[in-house]
Amino acid sequence: MTFPALELRPILASLGKHRIPAILIVLEIALACAVLCNAVFMINQRVADIHLPNAMDEQGISIVQVSGTDPKLAVNDIPRDMTLLRSIPGVSAVAAMNTLPLSSNDWSTSLSTTPDAQISAQSSLGVSEYLMTRGGEQALGLRLLRGRWFSDGEYASSELGDSFMPSAHVIILTDSLAQRMWPGEPALGKRAYVDKLSYTVVGVVADVLRPQRHMDGNAGFYYCAFFPLSVGKGLGYYVVRSAPQDRGHIVRDAVQGLSKLAPNAVVKGQTFSEVRAKYFADTASMAWMLVLVCVVMLAVTAFGIVGLTSFWVGQRRRQIGIRRAVGATRGQIMQYFQTENFLLTTAGVVLGMALAYGINLYLMQHYEMSRMAWYYLPGSALALWLLGQLAVLGPALRAAAVPPVVATRSV
Amino acid sequence: MFGYYLELALRSLKRSPGLTALMVLAIGFGVAASTTTWSVFRAVSGDPIPWKSAQLFVPQIDVWGPNGRSSDGEPPVAMDYTDAVALMRDHRASRQSAMYQISPSIVPTGVGKHPLNVSGHAVYGEFFPMLDAPFKYGSGWSNNDDANRAQVVVINSKLNQKLFGGANSVGKSINIEGKDYRVAGVLDGWNPQPRFYDVVNSGGFSSATDDVFLPFQTAIQAGISNDGNTNCNAVPAESGFVGLQHSACVWIAYMAELSDAAAVTAYREYLDGYARDQQKSGRFSWAPNNRLRDLPAWLSSQHVVPSDTKVSLLVALGLLLVCLVNTVGLLLAKFLRRSGEIGVRRALGAPRSAIYAQFLTEAGIVGVAGGVLGLLLTVVGVASVGWVLPKDIADLARLDVSLLVLTLLVAVVATALAGLYPTWRASQVQPAWQLKSN
Repeated sequence: MTFPALELRPILASLGKHRIPAILIVLEIALACAVLCNAVFMINQRVADIHLPNAMDEQGISIVQVSGTDPKLAVNDIPRDMTLLRSIPGVSAVAAMNTLPLSSNDWSTSLSTTPDAQISAQSSLGVSEYLMTRGGEQALGLRLLRGRWFSDGEYASSELGDSFMPSAHVIILTDSLAQRMWPGEPALGKRAYVDKLSYTVVGVVADVLRPQRHMDGNAGFYYCAFFPLSVGKGLGYYVVRSAPQDRGHIVRDAVQGLSKLAPNAVVKGQTFSEVRAKYFADTASMAWMLVLVCVVMLAVTAFGIVGLTSFWVGQRRRQIGIRRAVGATRGQIMQYFQTENFLLTTAGVVLGMALAYGINLYLMQHYEMSRMAWYYLPGSALALWLLGQLAVLGPALRAAAVPPVVATRSV
Repeated sequence: MFGYYLELALRSLKRSPGLTALMVLAIGFGVAASTTTWSVFRAVSGDPIPWKSAQLFVPQIDVWGPNGRSSDGEPPVAMDYTDAVALMRDHRASRQSAMYQISPSIVPTGVGKHPLNVSGHAVYGEFFPMLDAPFKYGSGWSNNDDANRAQVVVINSKLNQKLFGGANSVGKSINIEGKDYRVAGVLDGWNPQPRFYDVVNSGGFSSATDDVFLPFQTAIQAGISNDGNTNCNAVPAESGFVGLQHSACVWIAYMAELSDAAAVTAYREYLDGYARDQQKSGRFSWAPNNRLRDLPAWLSSQHVVPSDTKVSLLVALGLLLVCLVNTVGLLLAKFLRRSGEIGVRRALGAPRSAIYAQFLTEAGIVGVAGGVLGLLLTVVGVASVGWVLPKDIADLARLDVSLLVLTLLVAVVATALAGLYPTWRASQVQPAWQLKSN
């Protein structure tokens, strides 16, 4: 449907008479557009966070934790526990680890390309250390990009020292970390240092997430280093790999079996999907609240348009009757109100897009927000145009139903 | 006169019930949605004790001097034993506690039971009331217990479940590291995230609940050693836990409650005075370089609070703004149409003030009705966030009375302004002109 140019003049003249309410409706749409743009952008960012890629077999991993046992007995307890876990039908690999991605239990250390670097030095990076027993790479389902896995000898000879660093001299890095430490150079064979201890890079794996996010953006979320470790203290997590559909019964069987082995211990089992959901629970609830805000705001805006237009229709019943009496069709009356709404929404949307852009710039300056992609602007503009047309439909139909005879009655 | 205006207003609002309902609904939803989201956002914004965080402060003392500072001149994030005990002895805040992380073993009574390893903190008695820690049974211990190194313990409900089957265990005794301690209180599953009282050791978040709390000096005397981080600028001269207490290594967290700005200023001066005294006595060879941050600032300096959650608070405010503009628009449209009525009343001798009073009453009714609806919806909203959100977050979403009052005020003032403008405009015109033009 096109709007004839002729129709615009009387609409503009009429709006000019109701300048203040018209300005307010434009303002409301502008505000709604600006808030909508930024809120949807933030929702999308959070959804992206929740689905951050993680190069391990997340769908096939179950986690079992045993706490409340004497750490001095770990050397005996862990092999016994792992034997039990391996015996559960469906389990393909088991390993013990110090911590896990997204577990919020971070073992971070500072890794450097030079020995004895100051913590604040440029060459030194905050990374999370993952210590794993033999078979850890299969249990986690890591993806090797370059180099090799740890050898059995490296696993067997590595022990945890007093500084919570393993005595091994080999290390496997994630791709992001390797590229950050030696940009443009192959990392294999290079030496990484923690204080005076040195580790030779033997492998590079696809990016795995850290136990928790640190300040250094999305890339920093992948700064992890893997170390081999023989069975001993410090290993609080069992990683159990299976087919995705077996995880339910494996978690149940594992908790039951291990509780029998250690009656005083607290045994906790969960799938890795639950670990991820728990880690991002805050992010998810925040996203839902933002969705709620958007829905309420759009509803209020729609109500506002319905209310104001209804009011205008009521006020102009005589004028509408006169127009009908001198030959205007119902369609033309409807079109009048639809066009009026379109003009108001357009003005609001134009103002709103500028406002949304401004808000985004402000947030970028003050709150580490990233730049909003351009398509959010026309996207929310389109949404408000649609909302406006839907909201005006009811009052416009009522206006079209005004009979011509109204014109002949005096007030 | 007010009764008459009230009647007029109600009559006018009744004339267009749909529009009136819309205005009331818009304000109500605006107020409710923005306050509810505000309280939830605040809950997930990482402030674990929002109702009190502005009164909790973390002091830092520069015990290492220029060589031990980080690149931005910050002193160590924890305290050494000497300073922590000195600050506790001076007792300058209304409440305070030094604390360190412990991991003692507990021997359950009963045959054939194995010792358990539990994690916890050694704290002072003021720790519990200062942090509003909720007790299921009993309470914390007194300052006298601290001074007398009493053998008391506070346990969390999880450990109480394990040792006493969840029964009221106050007064019973527990064997910790070979010594008997009397249970003074049982916490009600208290496990705040982030673990704001000891960020340095937990990195803010810790998956293990704190199960036991022992009096600080009792734990020191019993030799229950530090299980948390220890940072040293030099190798301690003596070895072992006693050597650690004599060294300049930092391993103790500290928190103080300061109720107002004057108390904060006084405490700051006290800290600087303390550091100057240390300088005079020759222990420090540098000028005071202390820090005193309130909890939000402390968490943010330790990068525990994600900054982008603050942005979400702005979104909630944006929503309120949209709702207010919407209502103001509707009210304006309604009032602007009534210049005729104003003309008649003015012609009959009503002064401008009477017209203002009448319209303010009408706008005020809408504002108050919307505000009350918003209040009810907020209560419902805050109560029902538990249905959609995880329990620990929902528990944190508390109603903030001052915020609610402020929102209500904004709503009423905005509607009142919406009532004023058309009245002002109508009263600018000669009554006769308005009557004629109709």
